[in-house]
Amino acid sequence: MVVTIRLFARLRELTGQSELSRELSAGATAGAAWQSLVHEFPALADYGRTVSCAVNEEYARMTAALKDGDEVAFLPPVSGGS
Amino acid sequence: MSVSRFRVAPQPLDPASVAGTVSIEGCGAVATFIGLVRKHNAGREVLWLEYEAYAPLAEKSFERIAVEAGERWPQVQLAIHHRIGRLTIGEASIVIVAASPHRGEAFAASRYAIERVKQISPIWKHEHFEGGDIWIEGATADPEDATARQAAIERAWSSR
Repeated sequence: MVVTIRLFARLRELTGQSELSRELSAGATAGAAWQSLVHEFPALADYGRTVSCAVNEEYARMTAALKDGDEVAFLPPVSGGS
Repeated sequence: MSVSRFRVAPQPLDPASVAGTVSIEGCGAVATFIGLVRKHNAGREVLWLEYEAYAPLAEKSFERIAVEAGERWPQVQLAIHHRIGRLTIGEASIVIVAASPHRGEAFAASRYAIERVKQISPIWKHEHFEGGDIWIEGATADPEDATARQAAIERAWSSR
């Protein structure tokens, strides 16, 4: 299956990509998508404990199973507001 | 054109138009919080900030925060607008409007909302200062984190 991966802020800068498309095995979780990204971009490894995710524009857990065509977004720690 | 109560956009913020998105029928108080770009941060002289957001989820997070606030303060109506893109010192990055029958709830819900935005909304701040730049990274964005939510409730009632 193919999923779209969205990256923001420092994750975007570390990879040089804001959006990419990757083939994953059927039923792969968001966490598995993250692991494959870390494999491809080792600089992301530091974010393993602090990153969170969203699937199809809704907050999700790393254990969420993905489907073909899903959009998974990885969110570095946030700091909106003032 | 009617403006949504929850919005993330690059346009300059106008507090009055944000206030215009909530109904004031039955209200005796409107608290408007405006967050500004500060000149000094952590000993650095800030030149400008660049805000980046995952806009669709950020707007949904604002709605979620309003629902949460409604559980605590049922009579309060909230509106939250955040600006993205490059902002200079003194410009408004966020406007939160809380309308309610009495002022206590309006102030508390407004404080709760800003604390929650900073905890969960997918909005990032890239600070450019004299001599460098840094992404400001705070909390892992997890709306289910009950400890963080409790901390926001406690802050809403305090003056810290």
